[in-house]
Amino acid sequence: MRTLFISAIASLALGTGAAFAATGGHIEDVAFSFEGPFGTYDEAQLRRGLQVYNEVCSACHGMQYVPIRSLGDKGGPAIPGDELRAFAASLSIIDRETGEERPRIPADMFPTVTGDGMGPDLSVIAKGRAGFHGPYGLGINQLLKGMGGAEYLYSILVGYEDAPACAPGDFDGYYNTAFAAGGVPDTCKDANGVSTVPGTWIAMPQMIFDDAVTYADGTPASAHQVAEDVSAFLMWAAEPKMMARKKAGFIAILLLSLLSITLYFSNKQLWAPYKGKKTA
Amino acid sequence: MSGIPHDHYEPKTGIEKWLHKRLPIVALAYDTLMIPTPKNLNWWWIWGIVLAFCLISQLVTGIILAMHYTPHIDLAFASVEHIMRDVNAGHMLRYVHANGGSLFFFAVYIHIFRGLYYGSYKAPREITWILGMLIYVAMMASAFLGYVLPWGQMSFWAATVITGLFGAIPWVGDAIQTWLLGGPSVDNATLNRFFSLHYLVPMILVALVAIHIWAFHSTGNGNPTGVEVRRTSKAEADADTLPFWPYFVIKDLFALAVILVVFFAVVGFMPNFLGHPDNYIPGNPLVTPTHIVPEWYFLPFYAILRAFTSDVWVVMLVEWVTFGVIGAKFFGVIAMFGSLIVLALAPWLDTSSVRSGRYRPMFKWWFWLLVLDFVVLTWAGAQSTDGIYAYISLIAATYWFAYFLVILPVLGLIEKPLTPVATIEEDFNAHYGVKSHPAE
Repeated sequence: MRTLFISAIASLALGTGAAFAATGGHIEDVAFSFEGPFGTYDEAQLRRGLQVYNEVCSACHGMQYVPIRSLGDKGGPAIPGDELRAFAASLSIIDRETGEERPRIPADMFPTVTGDGMGPDLSVIAKGRAGFHGPYGLGINQLLKGMGGAEYLYSILVGYEDAPACAPGDFDGYYNTAFAAGGVPDTCKDANGVSTVPGTWIAMPQMIFDDAVTYADGTPASAHQVAEDVSAFLMWAAEPKMMARKKAGFIAILLLSLLSITLYFSNKQLWAPYKGKKTA
Repeated sequence: MSGIPHDHYEPKTGIEKWLHKRLPIVALAYDTLMIPTPKNLNWWWIWGIVLAFCLISQLVTGIILAMHYTPHIDLAFASVEHIMRDVNAGHMLRYVHANGGSLFFFAVYIHIFRGLYYGSYKAPREITWILGMLIYVAMMASAFLGYVLPWGQMSFWAATVITGLFGAIPWVGDAIQTWLLGGPSVDNATLNRFFSLHYLVPMILVALVAIHIWAFHSTGNGNPTGVEVRRTSKAEADADTLPFWPYFVIKDLFALAVILVVFFAVVGFMPNFLGHPDNYIPGNPLVTPTHIVPEWYFLPFYAILRAFTSDVWVVMLVEWVTFGVIGAKFFGVIAMFGSLIVLALAPWLDTSSVRSGRYRPMFKWWFWLLVLDFVVLTWAGAQSTDGIYAYISLIAATYWFAYFLVILPVLGLIEKPLTPVATIEEDFNAHYGVKSHPAE
């Protein structure tokens, strides 16, 4: 904990940093299992999230940087080999060498989805978005609660509400209280052009409802559960080596702490012949 | 080398004598490592070794990353994801390299402010200071070039904005910008040359660092009192100094180990905290990010760049006097580079007869105000440019220049400094007490 404390102080000193999402949207704080130095991915949750991605998101969003084989990784969704091959085969690809369509194999990537009306690639979107960077741009919220990419995705997915009364019915997009980067109708702005409503209008319609999927593991699929699961899955997709990284961090801290202690006493002993009793 | 009397390397065995006659490399290493070092150096003097470590760490991780990276606009982003997912320990290499840049700058800022407080830049160490400034500029160039390589949104737009600074130069600006970019806009040619230069600049850094070390080994280290080591006899020099190895090497390595504990906590648990989420979005010339914000270590100078807007009277005056040649944009560019130049000129702007800030009662206040000013500029650089932020940036930027151009020269004339201790030995003993039975 002490190390954490020190790192917290140091990062505070460093972290007048650049990372902040556009202001305005409301980002819900979700207690994800992977937060903090000891946080790990919940394999069952990632499998549920994968199911949501397949059944809901993949229609409009690809994951071109994520190799299908990594679904088998321990600490990830940990899908068994035969299931993994069957899943890969359910997706087709135009083979680069033969130019013909064939089923995917685990060594292939998730599909790339582009075109009119399609959404952004989701491979690293959980790192490409962030939560609240404040207060005052100091990054303290992110220091204490994490970057908030998964929270951001969750908040978007459950942030749909009926459009406020000020908006004309034919305004492009869907009203979302968490989305900050979209348009706002002029009728919802004050005299200075500042929006009077929380959030903005987003191009993606609401896709997550209660029972949007029927979970294979029987977990009740409330909209919040579904949004949380798919956000966790996307965090894993963006940072599949998180657990290896944290482990490496702990080992490095442990070894360097031991080295620090050794060097502290070496230094003390080395200088002892030259130093009398400290007087100042 | 430093003119401080000390023991020199004597080749003893046959093979040592044979080698020494042909290449006195052992003598060079011996003299470098055994340099008499003022024994009263405090903990502010440990950042040099942290910086040396950063340089080596960045080189090693960078060379390995380059083996897996592809400098092409269609492949760069994907190759970084390949490093993060498929290369053995690639995610650690990349996070150590990216956050290593932050540690590098954190260390260099403390190192620079230490020099400013203790007057390390003063005669006879001006060359060391100037070389240090060149190192700092090379670091900034290298960091900027490296930040473009992942080809995320911030990479792309940082390249556009920063090369645009050169575009603000009257008459030749556009030509220079095109030449830097290798075309009319940031494109594949830009990425290729930035990759090449990102590999080159660190080599220049290594050379500059070697000369930087050579320079202060020629003058001897400074120290918190600003009083020089006595060189009149070996006995006196020995009372003021201890050899760098092992006394300062072990001390510095202890400090380095503690700092690395914090560093690996950042790398292990929050490696993206200091980065910008937008850089995980592939670079797209058609979409400008809402906020284009540089990495934290550029923010103070970014704030100065933006502080002088067209409604500031100095800017209006300059624009009028130069018949509009120096407009607000170019003024900002001049201010940004000027803020580095005044820093580099500190040895000649400081008129005080006393070197160390420890004995300068008025200077101390202005110095700490400068430190605060630097923090405020860092913060202001990340904020928007409207309302109160514009005023804060302007005041903070003005103080930066005032410190170097007005306060430093004037203080030396009006301040009555305290009398420094007579010798380093005296300072050391005052702090640690006299050892009743000195070693040996």
